Parts: sequence; C-alpha cells; structure tokens
Amino acid sequence: MRASIRKVEETRASRAKEEFPRLSLKERQELLHRFHPDYREGGRRELRVGVNKGQRVPNELADLFEGLSLIRPQEIDLNRIHREVDVLVIGGGGGGATAALFASESGARTLLTTKLRFGDSNTIMAEGGIQAAVGPYDSPALHYLDTIGGGGFENLPNLVQALVEDAPLILEWLARLGVMFDRKEDGDLLASFAGGQCRRRVHSAADYTGMEIMRVMKDEVYSRGIEVMEFCPAVELLLDEKGRCGGAIFLNLDTNERWIVRSKTTILATGGIGRLHIQGFPTTNHYGATADGLVMANRAGAKMIFMDAIQFHPTGTAYPEQLIGLLVSEAFRGWSAQLVNCEGRRFINELETRDVTSSATIREVVERKKGVSTPTGMQGVWLDTPLVELNKGKGTIHRVFPHLFHRFHTFGIDITKEPVLVYPTQHYQNGGLLIDENGETTVPNLFAAGEVSGGVHGRNRLGGNSLLDIFVFGRRAGILAAERSKGTKVGRLTLNHIIEYERELEREGILKKGIRSPILIPDYRYGKALPQIHQ
Amino acid sequence: MEIKERRLIPIYIFGKRYEVPEGLTIQKAMEYSGYQFIRSCGCRGGVCGACLTEYRTPKDYRIKMVLACQSLVEPEMQITQSPFIPMRRAQYELEKLKAQPDILGRIYPEIYRCLQCNTCSRVCPMEIPVMEYIACAIRGEIEKVATLSFPCVMCGACVLKCPAEISQPNVALLARRIYGRHILPLSHRLSQRIEEIKQGKYEWVLGRLVQLSTSELMELYTRREQEPQESGHWIPKEINFPENLLREDQ
Repeated sequence: MRASIRKVEETRASRAKEEFPRLSLKERQELLHRFHPDYREGGRRELRVGVNKGQRVPNELADLFEGLSLIRPQEIDLNRIHREVDVLVIGGGGGGATAALFASESGARTLLTTKLRFGDSNTIMAEGGIQAAVGPYDSPALHYLDTIGGGGFENLPNLVQALVEDAPLILEWLARLGVMFDRKEDGDLLASFAGGQCRRRVHSAADYTGMEIMRVMKDEVYSRGIEVMEFCPAVELLLDEKGRCGGAIFLNLDTNERWIVRSKTTILATGGIGRLHIQGFPTTNHYGATADGLVMANRAGAKMIFMDAIQFHPTGTAYPEQLIGLLVSEAFRGWSAQLVNCEGRRFINELETRDVTSSATIREVVERKKGVSTPTGMQGVWLDTPLVELNKGKGTIHRVFPHLFHRFHTFGIDITKEPVLVYPTQHYQNGGLLIDENGETTVPNLFAAGEVSGGVHGRNRLGGNSLLDIFVFGRRAGILAAERSKGTKVGRLTLNHIIEYERELEREGILKKGIRSPILIPDYRYGKALPQIHQ
Repeated sequence: MEIKERRLIPIYIFGKRYEVPEGLTIQKAMEYSGYQFIRSCGCRGGVCGACLTEYRTPKDYRIKMVLACQSLVEPEMQITQSPFIPMRRAQYELEKLKAQPDILGRIYPEIYRCLQCNTCSRVCPMEIPVMEYIACAIRGEIEKVATLSFPCVMCGACVLKCPAEISQPNVALLARRIYGRHILPLSHRLSQRIEEIKQGKYEWVLGRLVQLSTSELMELYTRREQEPQESGHWIPKEINFPENLLREDQ
C-alpha cells in the first residue's frame, strides 16, 4: 500500500487540473452491463406470489418475502386496540419526521413510531447534502434532466416533477427550522457538485448534513408535542374489509408485547435494505435498514417498482478494516478529489453517476487488475483526498469534512496527507413501493415516503436527491394523509392478507419456514461480526 | 493477516469474560461474543451517538467514554454501556424566540451552575470543547456555541459526568437552531427562486419535459452544458436551456 501511495503522490501534480472526458450514454450502458452488480447472473429472482408476482428482486429480499410472518394471525385479538390515531407514521428518520410534522400541522392526531431510537436512520448518515436548483444559471428543468438521465430515463415523470419543483421550498423550510447550511463568504448558500449534475446544486452542513437536519427535526417534533413511540417496530400492516390500510401491529422490543394501533391513514417511512447485504456487499446503511416496510407492504398488496435496482456507492471505505463499507462522501469528488488506480492513474471522470463510477472501479480492480490490496486481502482504488487541499486551499478538508477527517484520524490516517482506499459498497435501494405524487401507494390509505418508496430515482439515484426526496414526499404524504383521515372511518380490521399470502407461498412450494420476516435486527453474532467484502 | 488467525484477547463485558480477536471495534467484539444489539447500536459510523460505552483497563484508574463503533478493544478492558441518558429538554417555539444574549440562560438556567471542572470536554468522544461552549452560552455568544458544538452526536457522555447536572447537548442544539434561524441570513436567491416557482415560471417547461419520449430526453440530456469545477465567472452559452429548444419545437 505504501509503494502505491508514493505513485499517487508522484502523479498528483500532473493530474490536478486535468479534465477527464465523460462517457457517452452508449459507453455508460456498456460499462453498466459488464460490471454493475445489478447485472450479475444469479443475483436476483422472480417473485412467484402476491401482487408483485413476476418482478425480479434481489435474492436476499425474495428470501424475506417467502418467509413466515413474525406473527401468527390466529393468535392476535384485533379487538384489543392499544392506540387509536388519525395518522400513523411508521419510521423515525427524515421521511417519517417530516410526515409527522406536516400531518400534525394539518390538524391530525399523529403518532410517530420507530424501531430503534427516534432519528436512527439513513438520514442521519447522509454526509454530502441536499439538491435544490437555486443558482442563477440553474433551474428545476435542469434538475429534472439530471435526475432522469441519472436514473436511466426510466424515472416516473410526475414524481421527478414534484421533486424538482418542491426542492427550493424544502430547502427554505429546513433553513427556517434552524438547520445550519453552509454559507459562502457573502452569506448566501454554498452549493457543490455531486455526480451526474450539470450545475453545482448540493447544499450541505459540513459533512454532517443528515445528522444536523435530523437533530433539528427531532427537536421540532418534540416542540410540537407529537407523540413518539420508540423501540416499537411495526411487524405487519392491518387492512379493513374494504382492503384499505387501517393501522399496524407493533412489537415492543423491550417487553415483547404486541400492540395494535388503529389509524385512519398510515405512512410507511421505514427506509432501506442495506443490512440484507445484497450479494455479500458491505453497506453504508444504518443498523436498522432491514427492508421491514417492503416485507409488510408486499404482504398487504402494495405494488413495487425498480426493486431490482440497487445502488452501490463508489466510495465505501476499504481500509482500515474497522471502517469497511462506511461512506466517504461524494462531496470529496465534488471538491475535486480523484479516483486513481494502484499506479496513480485516473480511470473515470469522478463526477459520472454513481452506478457508472462504481462499475468503472469494479472494472479497474476485477478486469484490469489495477486495484490495491490491503493486509486483510481486500482490494480497492484510491480516492486522492490530498488533492482537495492542493486545489482548494490548505485547511479545506478540516472545514468541509470535519467528520470524515476525525473518523480516519481516529485510526491513524491523515486524509489531508494520504489518500483513502475505497471500493463500491451497498448504499441505497433505488426502487421501492410505487407511489403517486402525493406519496400514496397502491393500497388505499397507505402512504410511503423516502427510501422505502420507488420511482422518483428510476434505476439510479443522484447524490443529494435522497435527502431531498424524503422531505418532498414526507411533506406531501403527511398533508394528504391528514386530509384523508378527516373523512375516513376504518372498517373491521383483518389479517387475512397474511393468511392468504402464506397459503399462496405454500401452494407454490416456496414457503421458507426457517425465515421469519421482517427480520427487524441484523444478526452479526460470532463469526458474522468479522468484516467481509465481496469482490 | 486474516482476522480469524489473529491473537485472541480477553475482555470483560458487564463483568463477564470473553475472548475476541484483537483489532476489532468494541461494537464488533461484543457481537463476536454473541451480543445482538437492540439498544446501544445505530449508525455504526460515529454520527448517531447510540453506542456510548464506558471502560476501564487494569493499569489505569480512569474511566474512559467512547463510541463503541469507533474504538478498538484492549486486553482486559471492562466494558459497560449507557444506551439511554435522561436529558432535560425545555419546551419552546423556535419561531418566537429572539437571538438575545441571555436567551440560552433563560431557557436553560442551569448553565449558570457550571463549575468549570472541564470533565465534559475531557470525556467527549467527539473532542468537543464542551465547557468552553457552555462558557460561551453563559456569555450569550450564540454563534460560538453553535459552531463549537457543531459535531455533537448527542451521546450524552457530558451529561452523565456533569456535576452541575447540565444537559449540554440540548443547550447546544437550541443555540444552533437559534443561530440557523435567527442569526444566519435567509438566502435571498432562494426566496426569489421559490417566488418564481409559485408564479409558474417553470410550469411550462416542466409540463413539456414530463411528456417527452426517452429519445427526446436523451438528446436534451446529452446537450446539457457542464458547469466546470472552477466556475468563478462561468456563464453558460444557453441560459434558457432546455426551454429555448423546446419553445423552438413548438
């Protein structure tokens, strides 16, 4: 590794200002088909039962879909209602908190429930920032083009329109809640690049953007007196006899008690899938990202879209091993850090979209054998972070990336002087539950916001669009769910959809009795605690 | 060297002895020992503050406070965790607050009880100068409280140790929110853009874009002008792109 770092240092000055050509759409497609994990044989399979029958999803998710429910419907007394509310929000990340704030502001009795602590989510881990077209030569139309091009031109147009049109409004809403966005010297908002953007459009709060936003939102939820139920994951959704969502069953993780919450409308904001370790990849995701919402909603009959498209972030940490898989913000590349191979040579324009950049890294390591090996036998390429100091001035890394500086410093690596070894890591589920522009799923009175939903990002999300998406659709879902709750009377509650679904699995001969889902908590016990990476 | 081949070292989790490979974080070492976390585990990347852990090693009289996901195991260490720390949180409406020098002291008067023992700063896993920002809070320097406390992950180590029983992370949070809302200027450019959107400036072009075929979108996508990395005085050639082209087609 040392010898390779010297090569990176030798080539640094000569490539510092070099413009690396971008790929054509055709070249991008080719690269993806050859190297992106989505296209690997055997990684996905077709669902054989339920409303999403025929869709291909990652094997790890299909396994959960084919497992037994965590509850035995016959043992649940649906007449014993623990709580009754207008709007039930399931999930305590940015999407859930936003939905709860707007539902409550619209006058609905709102309950926010979450599996772990309020705020435990992928939101809190977002480093780079949030997109909004604010600059003088930027516009929602360019944001639209960037987003839909990044998504492989398959994004649902109505959702993208909602995303780009609401973005500036959301940014101002957050600033008014007291989020400390980075400023330029003249006091105006600072914006930087993410991959696939034709304008700099990402607004940040150092490299703590998600954490800063989440702690502010939590404080606001508490300020408004909204009720929060922690360590209570939803385990199944409840339907009424008309097939509308009428609440959920919760598991109190401290007491093992099951609690039934009846609600007029329900908003799922349970986040992503990273902790299933798709194809054995490490992940940047939060401990709680176990696809719970998808599992429940699929059983309840909600349609999904693009659930075969998984995002691998190009710069997951590959060394030191204690940090394997953890995110190294895309903003580094936005601030001119380059990706280089073991010889100190660039191999891709660093601001290509994430799917393309990750594929190029995999090609560099697997096909061209230009990766760098670590003492534990992992491989990666260099993210040349000292270049940021060279190009943007001494002290830039301390100012813009204090968290990442601190994290690596803890393990004896000074990223202002040494490059960071990186390799693609599972980061995001591009698809999810199909929603309309108000966040409603195909199950009446069931809404979804954030990573659990799909469509807006097509097959590949741009950096900075996820922090945006959770607020845009959290807000829209919260407002409509509150509105809808006013005229809604929940009918007789039922769990027949669970019984039916399991019967169907049994008829197909694919019911996996050894799996209980949602899994809620990942299992890293014993040998599984040791780091693994799949290359 | 493969982790499996590494030397095993003894650690004590809540007093019970386990042997784990050296080089693991405390979090992974506990998992290796058979723990499946419900509490005391969150982002696993040092930003959520869930895994506050206290430990002591045989040769040191001090108790150390760390994040379990960010610290390595040491031989013979005795480990305990604090998954929940009661903090005082005052009720307020941010919108109605004013950035006056005494605002933090009025809402959290216990800050005046600070004994300046500096234990808070010494135990902070994020190395934040906690006592210093509390001193700033007492002096009414809201901006300094906000910037000094910015990396706070609200793990509560300072709260556990404070002899004056201050809930420092909540004081800091309030200061940051007041700073963000009432001291930092709201962006004029942002308000302008919101106004443009409300007045329908982009309605036509977005209405057209959502109707375009994939090949039409691809063409526009490829024609976008790329803002350069060094864009100090950069102005795009087509300021109205893609609206100009779409209007021509009409």
